[in-house]
Amino acid sequence: MAETKAQFRKKRLDRGIKARSDTLFAIASKKDMLYLLMPRALPVLALLVLPLLLKGYWGKVLVYACMYGLLALSWDLMASCGLFSLGQALFFGMGAYLAGTLNHYFHVPPVITVPAATIGGGLVCAALLAPVVRLRGVYFAMITLMLPLLLIKVIDATGVFGGTHGLPSLSPFSSDILATYLAVAGFLCCLFVFRRVINSDYGLVLRAIRDDDRAVMSGAINIYWRKIQAIFISGCVGAFAGALMTHHYQFLGMSAFALDYSILPVAAVAFGGPGTFAGAALGSMVLVPLSEALRALGGLRMAIYCGILILSIVGLPEGVFHYMARKYHQFERIVEVK
Amino acid sequence: MPLLIYGMINSVILALYAAGFSLCYGISGIANFAHGALYILSGFTAWNLMNAAGLPFYLSAILSVIITALLGFIFYWVLLLRIRGIPLAELIVTFAAGVGVLELLMWEGFYGMRYSLPIFVRGGMDIGRVGVDYQRIFVLLTGIILVFLLWLFVHHTKIGLAFRAMAQNERTALSIGIESDWIGSLSLAFGSALAAVAAMVVLPLGMMESAIGQEVLIYALAVAIVGGLESTLGMIAGSFIIGFGQVAAARYIGAKWMIIVPLAAIVLVLVFKPSGLFGKYKELEERV
Repeated sequence: MAETKAQFRKKRLDRGIKARSDTLFAIASKKDMLYLLMPRALPVLALLVLPLLLKGYWGKVLVYACMYGLLALSWDLMASCGLFSLGQALFFGMGAYLAGTLNHYFHVPPVITVPAATIGGGLVCAALLAPVVRLRGVYFAMITLMLPLLLIKVIDATGVFGGTHGLPSLSPFSSDILATYLAVAGFLCCLFVFRRVINSDYGLVLRAIRDDDRAVMSGAINIYWRKIQAIFISGCVGAFAGALMTHHYQFLGMSAFALDYSILPVAAVAFGGPGTFAGAALGSMVLVPLSEALRALGGLRMAIYCGILILSIVGLPEGVFHYMARKYHQFERIVEVK
Repeated sequence: MPLLIYGMINSVILALYAAGFSLCYGISGIANFAHGALYILSGFTAWNLMNAAGLPFYLSAILSVIITALLGFIFYWVLLLRIRGIPLAELIVTFAAGVGVLELLMWEGFYGMRYSLPIFVRGGMDIGRVGVDYQRIFVLLTGIILVFLLWLFVHHTKIGLAFRAMAQNERTALSIGIESDWIGSLSLAFGSALAAVAAMVVLPLGMMESAIGQEVLIYALAVAIVGGLESTLGMIAGSFIIGFGQVAAARYIGAKWMIIVPLAAIVLVLVFKPSGLFGKYKELEERV
């Protein structure tokens, strides 16, 4: 095949606004303000209005989407300091079990169990993963994959906390709308706080650990302690999701450690694009309703999920969010090659 | 005595589980998280060949090993080739493929008493007042022969030597004309074939269901972590430690504690010797 010289090429230009840097916006016109505000304000508004519009089944789906969104955000935080987890179900299940047992055996109301499970779950997860925090990459992923699966087996074998039957009739939130708003608020807070934190000095250190941990060590920073902190934060987020869910469904069972809660967040991040948190949020907001729509297919749901995951990693490794952000921020035009 | 015999058999089963995973990782650095799924898939293939196509068991067992190897080979060229060298992406893709296959089988209704493979040899015998059926002894022998054959293959054939070269240093291997993609796909095919062989001899002991796939993967990972991922000796030692530990736990403490053994072994090994008992090559750079 003879080599042909390219005639045209795509040229990308940043959309101009008057003055722009990472931390400072000096904006002149309303148009510029809208340009910056729209992508942030629209999803927030949509999430705040949706609970009022969606009732019944799709209301529950919204809660689901926020749960998975929280798990995906916590995955992304861990990934941004180089800890690739295949076991977010550990966090979710730990929160669910702490809240559920507190409520079932000691009759503590949800007002106390949810915060307690959030902090406690984070602590327990950090303590469980602390010995293996020195591992990297695949090795860490292996351990996190095994932990929830083994915990299921432990609960199954020893029959603690209700064993295979689980604990039924936990006390619910006072109203469905409250639970939904709690989930939405948790999700939005988490999203914007994480986005802020990862660009602060603290987040900079975390990202540096991912990129080159030896360089960070030589800067006299204890990377293991930082990693444990990251696990604690994302453990808290995951446990919050678990605690909320277990009260919302008034049931606690071994399914809290199920593989669904590990694979779906990873799928969401892989679909949306890692590293920005917005990608994780977008991914879960798209994938969870999609999977509910696929529910008619029954068990095939997870298989289709895995298909999406593989296709999006192989086909668009940067993720949908990065792709959309690029389209939004840049002009593209075809220019002739001179 | 029962402890010795059943511990031995359990260890060999674990070694069979782990052999394919550890071979594949050792050579090409691909942690094949679809290992358990391939194990069950080969059982499913054999069952279908037997009951739907009506082939005799021996033939369908051999065919299913070959088909599984081909699957591993195709999996590499179609999917893994595009993301080679990005460990996270490799991991997610193999993991997702594994879960996808297992869920697909579950959806097909592939579980329950209906599905089981026939055993190779019927009957049993007594070894010093301990009853053992022939199939378990067959598993034991298969394991020993397989390890021996693997050793021969890796040390005395051209492809085997190329495997070892890749495992030791990919760039040097490349510079003397060993093509890394070709060897990588072959290693995945070999790993899959080993998973299928393990399935063919171990599955007849119980019934087949999709959930076993996760279990196989867990045990393979546990053995690999305890023994050290890239050494054969470590794999054998790891499976013996966990295998005997499990049988001892089941006998002296209670059967429900069996599951704690791999977890405890992993934690202890990671605390005292993070590269695994026999981990050699990539000790410091990769793991810690």
